[in-house]
Amino acid sequence: MATRKTKAKSNTSPEELKAFYKDMLLIRRFEEKAGQLYGMGLIGGFCHLYIGQEAVVVGLEAAAKDGDKRITSYRDHGHMLACGMDPNGVMAELTGRIGGYSKGKGGSMHMFSKEKHFYGGHGIVGAQVPLGAGLAFADKYKGNDNVTFAYFGDGAANQGQIYETFNMAALWQLPVIFVIENNQYAMGTAQNRSTSTPDLYTRGAAFGITGEIVDGMDVLAVKAASETATAHCRAGKGPYILEVKTYRYRGHSMSDPAKYRTREEVQKMREERDPIEHVRTMLLQGKHATEEALKDIDKEIKAIVSASADFAKESPEPDLSELWTDIYATQDA
Amino acid sequence: MATEILMPALSPTMEEGTLAKWLVKEGDTVASGDILAEIETDKATMEFEAVDEGIIGKLLVAEGSEGVTVNTPIAVLLAEGETAADISAAPKSEAAPQGSDAPATAAQAAPAHAAPAAITPAPLEPDWPEGTELKQQTVREALRDGMAEEMRRDDTVFLMGEEVAEYQGAYKISQGMLEEFGARRVIDTPITEHGFAGIGVGAAFGGLRPIVEFMTFNFAMQAIDQIINSAAKTLYMSGGQMGAPMVFRGPNGAAARVGAQHSQDYAAWYAQIPGLKVVMPYSASDYKGLMKTAIRDPNPVIFLENEILYGKTFDVPVLEDYTVPFGKARIWREGSDVTLVSFGIGMTYALEAAEKLAEEGISAEVIDLRTLRPIDYDTILASVMKTNRCVTVEEGFPVASIGNHLSATIMQRAFDYLDAPVINCTGKDVPMPYAANLEKHALVTTDEVVAAVKQVTYR
Repeated sequence: MATRKTKAKSNTSPEELKAFYKDMLLIRRFEEKAGQLYGMGLIGGFCHLYIGQEAVVVGLEAAAKDGDKRITSYRDHGHMLACGMDPNGVMAELTGRIGGYSKGKGGSMHMFSKEKHFYGGHGIVGAQVPLGAGLAFADKYKGNDNVTFAYFGDGAANQGQIYETFNMAALWQLPVIFVIENNQYAMGTAQNRSTSTPDLYTRGAAFGITGEIVDGMDVLAVKAASETATAHCRAGKGPYILEVKTYRYRGHSMSDPAKYRTREEVQKMREERDPIEHVRTMLLQGKHATEEALKDIDKEIKAIVSASADFAKESPEPDLSELWTDIYATQDA
Repeated sequence: MATEILMPALSPTMEEGTLAKWLVKEGDTVASGDILAEIETDKATMEFEAVDEGIIGKLLVAEGSEGVTVNTPIAVLLAEGETAADISAAPKSEAAPQGSDAPATAAQAAPAHAAPAAITPAPLEPDWPEGTELKQQTVREALRDGMAEEMRRDDTVFLMGEEVAEYQGAYKISQGMLEEFGARRVIDTPITEHGFAGIGVGAAFGGLRPIVEFMTFNFAMQAIDQIINSAAKTLYMSGGQMGAPMVFRGPNGAAARVGAQHSQDYAAWYAQIPGLKVVMPYSASDYKGLMKTAIRDPNPVIFLENEILYGKTFDVPVLEDYTVPFGKARIWREGSDVTLVSFGIGMTYALEAAEKLAEEGISAEVIDLRTLRPIDYDTILASVMKTNRCVTVEEGFPVASIGNHLSATIMQRAFDYLDAPVINCTGKDVPMPYAANLEKHALVTTDEVVAAVKQVTYR
């Protein structure tokens, strides 16, 4: 058992850096568009944007292989895009249309993809963590070397069920990576006002689970940590905790006035620590890409997002008969 | 003065037990706290301690004896200076001593509301073909057989819960399963209902078929978020992509003298939730057949058992693969004057009441719903249209009870057939008290069912 701070950087390549840039930019632009559509009344209810946290999922997915599973909370759009789910299906779910991943019945917080091994999209803070350990349990039971990424926030890190899960995951050596996305605010409560000890990566110490703190604004640092953690799990050594320090630029949800922090604080993070700018700078300074090439990527992303918005507007609302479907499975879903 | 040592009650529901082994012999001197014998209860093998000091004068019950009723004299203890000749003079003890690890249960007779030990069903539409061989089996054994049969045919089925493996089940339901299926598939959990229920649901998402045992459904309150928000709703929220094919099972409702926090009946709670299926069987054959159906069902199933029923014996068909479909009630007794609708342990009151009513010339039809989601409305309505009167019977709380729902349904769909308002016999609107007399009255009673029938039949 060890808890440590990592500074390790993963090996990377210009191609990979470009891919990271593209993946993170897709999430950023997609979320900005979602924010717009929300403002236009096309998206309803709760809508929790991932802007600022993009390097977390993109870095973690860099070490995932086919068959690995992921599960998260209601701030889930980024996770879905990062694991390769179709932006059209995600956006159409946000608008509550039949073309959405859940046929419009789940909404922003509840989307799933069996094909991409994305298990939601859960609205009860912390509940996805035992579920994630259960997915890992199933893989261990079946005897494969898949791992599960169970994401949760610094707020959820105070839920009791997390520690029940830590105990069983360690006891049964489940291949699950507990990813604590510490964006420093549990809704409007700053971490120092809700949490007795600041270092969440040490929270597994009592259960013998190795924890590591990672700079979540640096996609390469996240990727390196993900490589360590996945290797640990695949080797049958049990669970692993990654506390990924990140920051969300937007409010908790669209309806959050964000009075709990200053504009200056947000602005400072955007200017000094933005994860996308960080990769952009690396690409340009390392002469791995020209301004022109990056502009082409921007255009490509804009087109994808714009198409997803069009799809989400054009896809019809679900037929009223959908009210009564998918309540019970008649065969294995 | 010689005293009798009586067969102790070592669990709240124990009515009889097996004297597995004597650890003393005649002539031994024993002190208070010495282990006298190993006694097998309906739940576990317990060590039975001496309360008084003395000399074992005579062992009255041989080791290995089964079915020794609580309070039967099992040995005689002699005081210093007495001989075996004094035995005949031994007075009756007032109460049996307590077992070393037993809950503080007064060693008196079986709970007043327990049903007779064996019930011979006379179904109108039998669940098995005519001529099928039957065997007498307890609910406990039938339940275990149902789970074990499904685990043999499907490797993705596994059992997890507190004390299910090495302890052989807190109520001995999973006896022998660890030995047969191994620790991979029969899994002891820590005492963390919220967490292990969530892990079970996640495992179901991941393609397994978990059976999650709660030591009682009272403890499932810790896990109810995972049961409802995660297990019941995911299929809908995912647009049909994935759900939780699994069984949550364990004893539900009152046992005997275990107080307010261990006695609640959750039937109506779970029956309210779309996405769940809810089963609450009465007979051993239904426990087995419905458990097999529950395990195969691709949805989350709440399987509500009853601790008092665990030890009851019923006919169970000897069939290779006996299943009972969900949503099909069973008519236990045909009648023409009133319809009694019940489920689970409520059936003991309904059947007892029907018997008493028959003696008074009132013919009651008794329907066992067996599953509460789906509910077999048709069978109820057809019966009410025939008898024009209905009384529902359940142990749960009265407000928003299953009976309330049935009353509303009957009113909407068979109003013109009713000759009297439907009466709901339920548990009382109070937390469960401990005192024996209060507990008895807190539950529904057979007399109340009889009185309700007389009211609706204007007798």
